[in-house]
Amino acid sequence: MEKMSRVTTALGGNALTGRTMHCHLDAPANAISVCRDAAQVVVAGRSIFKIFAIEEEQFVEKLNLRVGRKPSLNLSCADVVWHQMDENLLATAATNGVVVTWNLGRPSRNKQDQLFTEHKRTVNKVCFHPTEAHVLLSGSQDGFMKCFDLRRKDSVSTFSGQSESVRDVQFSIRDYFTFASTFENGNVQLWDIRRPDRCERMFTAHNGPVFCCDWHPEDRGWLATGGRDKMVKVWDMTTHRAKEMHCVQTIASVARVKWRPECRHHLATCSMMVDHNIYVWDVRRPFVPAAMFEEHRDVTTGIAWRHPHDPSFLLSGSKDSTLCQHLFRDASQPVERANPEGLCYGLFGDLAFAAKESLVAAESGRKPYTGDRRHPIFFKRKLDPAEPFSGLASSALNVFEIEPGGGSMNWFVDTAERYALAGRPLAELCDHNAKVARELGRNQVAQTWTMLRIIYCSPGLVPSANLNHSVGKGSSCGLPLMNSFNLKDMAPGLGSETRLDRSKGDTRSDTVLLDSSATLITNEDNEETEGSDVPTDYLLGDVEGEEDELYPLDPEHAHPEEPEYVLPQEAFPLRHEIVDTPSGPEHLQDKADSPHVSGNEADAASLVPVDSSFSLLSISHALYDSRLPPDFFSVLVCDMLRFYAEQGDVQMAVSVLIVLGERVRKDIDEQTQEHWYTSYIDLLQRFRLWNVSNEVVKLSTSQAVSCLNQASTTLHVNCSHCKRPMSTRGWVCDRCHRCASMCAVCHHVVKGLFVWCQGCSHGGHLQHIMKWLEGSSHCPAGCGHLCEYS
Amino acid sequence: MLKSEDWKGKTLIVMAEGENEVRWDGLCSRDSSTRESALETIRQIVLRKTECLRSVKETTCRPSDELSNAVSLDELNKLLAHLLMLSKRCPFKDVREKSEFILKNVQELGIRIPRPLGHGPSRYIPEKEILQVGSEDAQMHALFADSFAALGRLDNITLVMVFHPQYLESFLKTQHYLLQMDGPLPLHYRHYIGIMAAARHQCSYLVNLHVNDFLHVGGDPKWLNGLENAPQKLQNLGELNKVLAHRPWLITKEHIERLLKAEEHSWSLAELVHAVVLLTHYHSLASFTFGCGISPEIHCDGGHTFRPPSVSNYCICDITNGNHTVDEMQVSSAGNISVSDSVFEVEALMEKMRQLQECRDEEEASQEEMASRFEIEKRESMFVFSSDDDEGTPARDISRHFEDTSYGYKDFSRHGMHVPTFRVQDYCWEDHGYSLVNRLYPDVGQLIDEKFHIAYNLTYNTMAMHKDVDTSMLRRAIWNYIHCMFGIRYDDYDYGEINQLLDRSFKVYIKTVVCTPEKVTKRMYDSFWRQFKHSEKVHVNLLLIEARMQAELLYALRAITRYMT
Repeated sequence: MEKMSRVTTALGGNALTGRTMHCHLDAPANAISVCRDAAQVVVAGRSIFKIFAIEEEQFVEKLNLRVGRKPSLNLSCADVVWHQMDENLLATAATNGVVVTWNLGRPSRNKQDQLFTEHKRTVNKVCFHPTEAHVLLSGSQDGFMKCFDLRRKDSVSTFSGQSESVRDVQFSIRDYFTFASTFENGNVQLWDIRRPDRCERMFTAHNGPVFCCDWHPEDRGWLATGGRDKMVKVWDMTTHRAKEMHCVQTIASVARVKWRPECRHHLATCSMMVDHNIYVWDVRRPFVPAAMFEEHRDVTTGIAWRHPHDPSFLLSGSKDSTLCQHLFRDASQPVERANPEGLCYGLFGDLAFAAKESLVAAESGRKPYTGDRRHPIFFKRKLDPAEPFSGLASSALNVFEIEPGGGSMNWFVDTAERYALAGRPLAELCDHNAKVARELGRNQVAQTWTMLRIIYCSPGLVPSANLNHSVGKGSSCGLPLMNSFNLKDMAPGLGSETRLDRSKGDTRSDTVLLDSSATLITNEDNEETEGSDVPTDYLLGDVEGEEDELYPLDPEHAHPEEPEYVLPQEAFPLRHEIVDTPSGPEHLQDKADSPHVSGNEADAASLVPVDSSFSLLSISHALYDSRLPPDFFSVLVCDMLRFYAEQGDVQMAVSVLIVLGERVRKDIDEQTQEHWYTSYIDLLQRFRLWNVSNEVVKLSTSQAVSCLNQASTTLHVNCSHCKRPMSTRGWVCDRCHRCASMCAVCHHVVKGLFVWCQGCSHGGHLQHIMKWLEGSSHCPAGCGHLCEYS
Repeated sequence: MLKSEDWKGKTLIVMAEGENEVRWDGLCSRDSSTRESALETIRQIVLRKTECLRSVKETTCRPSDELSNAVSLDELNKLLAHLLMLSKRCPFKDVREKSEFILKNVQELGIRIPRPLGHGPSRYIPEKEILQVGSEDAQMHALFADSFAALGRLDNITLVMVFHPQYLESFLKTQHYLLQMDGPLPLHYRHYIGIMAAARHQCSYLVNLHVNDFLHVGGDPKWLNGLENAPQKLQNLGELNKVLAHRPWLITKEHIERLLKAEEHSWSLAELVHAVVLLTHYHSLASFTFGCGISPEIHCDGGHTFRPPSVSNYCICDITNGNHTVDEMQVSSAGNISVSDSVFEVEALMEKMRQLQECRDEEEASQEEMASRFEIEKRESMFVFSSDDDEGTPARDISRHFEDTSYGYKDFSRHGMHVPTFRVQDYCWEDHGYSLVNRLYPDVGQLIDEKFHIAYNLTYNTMAMHKDVDTSMLRRAIWNYIHCMFGIRYDDYDYGEINQLLDRSFKVYIKTVVCTPEKVTKRMYDSFWRQFKHSEKVHVNLLLIEARMQAELLYALRAITRYMT
């Protein structure tokens, strides 16, 4: 529908009409050029050279300029250009180095006019002077540019670029005598046509060949260049030094660039390789093309705006042997499809949210949480008032900060730093980690470590104090209740525990929402749930109730009855956590001290409330004989790990995974493990815990993770004297032959770890600097800077 | 008796431990103290082994020990060969001296030590022409140290290429990136692909080198028994390797498609580009190896001998490779008839270049003439072949790395198959190839591009004894001639120039080096450009290998591009 729509533009009397259309050529095109009346287009290629009339509905072949029986390389065109003053005059550049002019006014069938065979190599580009009728410029692979006067038989002047091949030449539209040329080595030169001896100005524009350039039709000094380095750059040439105004990064090397008429900041580009589309960019918005034409099936080789004052018609030729007319209004607009919203969590739970300004403005009216303890901060992008432009997107950024103190992640950092993951026997690792967790007040975690130790280590080694301690403190929400004879039921038991905790999490968030205080549920929130402070009140009541009921129960009965324990406040079935622990003998003594100890010690399982509300379980000695192999628990442990991971405590999951190693690894699929590892490493790196993160990478058994610190291990350094890269060695510069990294303390070359002050950039051996700064706060080099070492 | 038995058992255990301790990587360090300690460890291990062997020899032992003796002797010999290599080829003086010292020590203990075979890194170039390790200047030393640090050795190729340090730097950088830096293929795959490519040309030198490297990076020794023992994925690459090495113009997008769509054995595009670059690199490196007559590495098989030097001061191998006669031959050929001849050759060549430069504009060949010149040159290039047609059967250990040995360049030339013309103006390295490689295997495009540029533009403006000569025309003729053999045509080149500038013996050499490198002989090497320096002949070889690599790459990349569009 839309594609068929016709556009009529009134342009000073003569109207341009047409639609998006294409016609098939017999051979791939290399270049196209439009007649100044905008009604004809010439297409040239290796084996095609034709003129088409652009009619309203179709292209009509008007003339085939490839005449003669024998194929000649003179007709194998690399470029073609139509004179903008004289509609009978054309010029082509041949791949064999010949420049040919064509006069359509000739009566004979062969329109060939003149032949210049002065270039030794392929001619890449020809260009007519915009106002002068007889001046033609050519640029060739041999590194020369030649200026021809069509009234004479050979060139008027030759310009030597003194470097590699010339890729493009363009006369300035405004300055009569100036032309620009681009080179294979990345340079752009500016020449005065009257001075062939040397160029007026030269600068390096791109890394690698500069394939094309185009002068801005209105702005006097603006030159757009496109290169193999996938960039389009816009230069301001009016200043003393060419200044880069804009830079557009495309996805493939840029073969052609053409400013869009009547749109000051628009330009069209096409690529030489891989990418077949034509893009129209707004140079001020370099990341998303303003429009995109996707008609071609092979690389586009030539583009031309149909009329110098009409921005809506674009013509293109391609290697897929088609000639197309594109209508700007039919172009696909990637901006429309882009998702302009962005959302990101900060390290400490802050949330930043960017969206289109209009969208946010509409939303903010009914934002429910404004003025709450989480403060939205509002940023607005400043628009340049000098250049009002509707197409540019403006967006608003909201930042939600978490309440100070509420989202502290200190526990995470501490845990990460203090955990021991390898290098000691499993039992010690578990004990150590349990201790760490307990000291940070994370009792459930501590207990988990203890339990792991019990499962996987021989029982006789359990240190009593440790066990007592952890179990004694218990965990507020866990309500450990154990029946060692009902091991079969453990798995479901734990499952329900998971559910319990999750639903508690939900409850928590509900609560928060009811408070209308939080929009975020972050790790910390979940962590709080696990911690001891939040839901204590109602849980305590529950626990006490249980104790009364549970106490007289035989272990055999304990289990079946569990479903009956219902938390009325929460309206969901609450099952007690079942903890698998054959506990140490000392425990019994502990129990003996407890006032609540009942007489059923012989039953091997009992519930012991310690102090106020904690329940606790113990098992008699007898159990050790019927001890189950650790393999039996692996399913359970895996469930536990998944539980932690789901809770957001991926730290625990990964730590346990590393500590237990082979014992559980096989039971968790690779992908999940990898996912945990990468999440944890990501978190660690965000907290800048590089050492820990590296240790984790090193200890991981997952292929994809352990290769993380194998890749990109090269560090590039520059010499501190001459600022050149030091390619061969890290400490001696090849160019200035000086030792670049001297220790300011011992004045020797530093070959290992080099630490330096970011303020005065003096530094040296890590050890030396550390020692120095213990005694003095001034820079050891004597520069007077007060260095800081942290 | 019992006591000595006891003692022996102990040392054997010590030896077994020592086995694992032999580590050469410490020597690659740029820190001299690290090197010293590493060498010291090596010295102790060697001496321990020597001691043990000696004691075994002295105490008449049971036959059951014979085997273990032979094994340990073999191990010791390997160590000694490596030390010999270090004593000759390590860029660090301290290592050279110390290794020699260790060898002397061992010799004094009555163990036979190896000595290098042949003379120098190349069989064609007299050793005295080639830079001696230790006499290099600072820039070259840096290059050597780099190469040594990366590979743990200074190979003969490096020593020959150092005639042109500017190129060598770029070459080593590229090779290092391809083999050791970030890339889509695992390290052992890279070396295995190198082996596959070199084996295509029966280049035992490169195969030996990379077999060592392959095992060093943890490759499965089973793969070395033949391509059929390697993973299916690598086996699939065999076909591309074959076509690329001998008839790159036959590569189509179907070849690419077959590799990319082989279900679980399929290649990714990035991997494929990496593999293609490696294949072409090693095909052309094989050309260089044969073209310059690179000798086997000292520490590899055939590079050293444990036999004492014979009376005549050189052994059979020297005679067969003709190295001993270098001086005589030069004397005879330079002294008698040919001296005027060959001087005349250079003069004539320069005269022709002058003429071509001047007369270019005067007689302009017609279009058809130009086109037919290319065709003539292309056709002729197929018949340019050395007359000696000795069918060199490839050494067994190499032939097992590739199948279908009969598939070669010559097949098609005999049958006069038509090579379709590939036009550079439609697909060239600078515009198209570079972008594709850099897109799929970042940075490598840049490195190869630099290497091509350096090789193509390298000149010292000298020709034999003449100075200040613009050789660009000659270099372009050589480059385009090679591309012409592969059916690649430059629209803007007059192929008549090739006929003027390259004489027949030179064409034979080029053709052989590029298409069937395994057939290059010293006679061919000597018979072209007789008055030119060896460094200039090496320069020619650089042009040959880079032009060949670019030609192969162009065909392979064009096929990939076609597959992608």
